[in-house]
Amino acid sequence: MEAITQFLEPLFGNVINLDYKQVIMWVIGGILIYLAVKKDMEPTLLLPMGFGAILVNLPLSGVVDQIYDTGTEEGVIDLLFNSGIANELFPLLLFIGIGAMIDFGPLLTNPKLMLFGAAAQFGIFFTLSMAALFGFDLKDAASIAIIGAADGPTSIFVANYFESNYLGAIIVAAYSYMALVPIVQPPVIKLLTTKKERLIRMPYEQKEVSKMTRILFPIIVTIITGIFAPRAVALIGFLMFGNLIRECGVLNSLSETAQNVLANLITLLLGITIAARMQAEDFLNPQTLLILALGLVAFIFDTAGGVLFAKFLNLFLKKKINPMIGASGISAFPMSARVVHKMGLAEDKQNFLLMHSIGVNVSGQIASVIAGGLILNLIAR
Amino acid sequence: MGINVELFLQTLPIMAKGLVGIFVVTGIIILSIYILNKSTGRPKKDKKKPDEAGK
Repeated sequence: MEAITQFLEPLFGNVINLDYKQVIMWVIGGILIYLAVKKDMEPTLLLPMGFGAILVNLPLSGVVDQIYDTGTEEGVIDLLFNSGIANELFPLLLFIGIGAMIDFGPLLTNPKLMLFGAAAQFGIFFTLSMAALFGFDLKDAASIAIIGAADGPTSIFVANYFESNYLGAIIVAAYSYMALVPIVQPPVIKLLTTKKERLIRMPYEQKEVSKMTRILFPIIVTIITGIFAPRAVALIGFLMFGNLIRECGVLNSLSETAQNVLANLITLLLGITIAARMQAEDFLNPQTLLILALGLVAFIFDTAGGVLFAKFLNLFLKKKINPMIGASGISAFPMSARVVHKMGLAEDKQNFLLMHSIGVNVSGQIASVIAGGLILNLIAR
Repeated sequence: MGINVELFLQTLPIMAKGLVGIFVVTGIIILSIYILNKSTGRPKKDKKKPDEAGK
C-alpha cells in the first residue's frame, strides 16, 4: 500500500492543494471566455483574461511565483506583470497604438464638442466620493473611480500608480463595462431626455482641417496637459505620439505598425498578464462585488454628466444640440458614438448624429486621460 | 469596511477641484484649436513624401 502511495503521490499529490475558491475562479475565467466568444464582448481582452484566470488558479501554478523549501520559483505571468504592468509599460505602449488609430478630424472641425468630453468625466469624480463613502481608502477609491474613464490603459495606469489592492477587479470592471456600453447607456439617455430632445437634428457641416493643424494638435495638447497635470504626461504623451505618427504623413509604415502589430501584441500580453491579480485569495472577496457595482455607477453618472451638460447648454443656445451626443463623452471609442448614432436613427431615420458623436467620443478619450492625470495630482500616493 | 462619511466629505473638494480642472484644461485646448484653425488657414494639397519607416 505504501509503495502505491509513494508511486501515486508525485503524480496526484497536488490535487489536495486544490481549493474550492480556485474552482470558483475557473468558473469566472470560463464566464469571461464565454462572454468573449459567444457575446463578442471585448474578446481581445476578456478571452486572455479568462484563460489567465484559470492558469493562475491552478494549485501551485508554475505561471505565478511559488515559494518552495528550495527557494522562490519565478512564474512567467508574475514576471510579465512586474516588467509590463507594475512599471506601467504595457498600457503606455498600447496608447501609442490607440493614438495612431484615432482621427481627431471631427473634433478639430468643431472644437466646442470637447466640452462634452469634459462633462462626461463627472462619473469619475462622483464615484471617487461614493467609493470613499463605502469605506475604501482614498487611493483605492481613486483607482476604482477611474473605471468611469471607460479607458482600460488609464484605469491600469492609475490603479497601478496607487498600488491598489484591487487591480484585478478594477480591470475586469473597466473592460466589462466598456463592452456593455450598448446596454448601459441607452436606458440612462432615455431616462434623461424627452422624445422632442432626441429628435433634434444636427446637420453636419463638412470642413477640412489643414495638415498643419493635425500635426500641431497632438503636440499642443501634450504641452497643455503636461503643464496642468504633469503626472499624466506619460499617458497623454504616448497617446499623442501615436497620433503624431499617424498625422505627420511621412511615417505611414510606423503608423500602421502601431495601429495593428504593436496594439495587437500588447493586447495579447496585457489580458493574460492582468490575470496575475486574479488569484482567488485576492479576487474573491465582497469588495470585488462592490467595485463592480461602483464601476456601473461611474458609467451611469458619466453618461448622465454628458447628457445633462448638453441640456444645460441648450438653455442658452439658439441652435439646439441633441443632448444624446453628450453621452458619447465617455472614452469607450467608438462604441459610445455608435450607440448615440443608432438611438438618433431609431427616433428619426433622417437624423445622422454620427460625426458629432464621434467628435465627442474622441474628446472623451483626451478628457479621460486628463481626468486621470488630475486624480494623480490631487491625491497623494 | 463600512460607511465612512468623514472620508466622503474629504473627497468633495477633490471632486470640485477635479471638475473645475478638467473644464479649465479643456477650455484652453479648445481655445488653442480655434487659434490653430485660424492661423493655419485652409488646407493645402499635400505633396506625397516617401515613407521613412525603417531608416
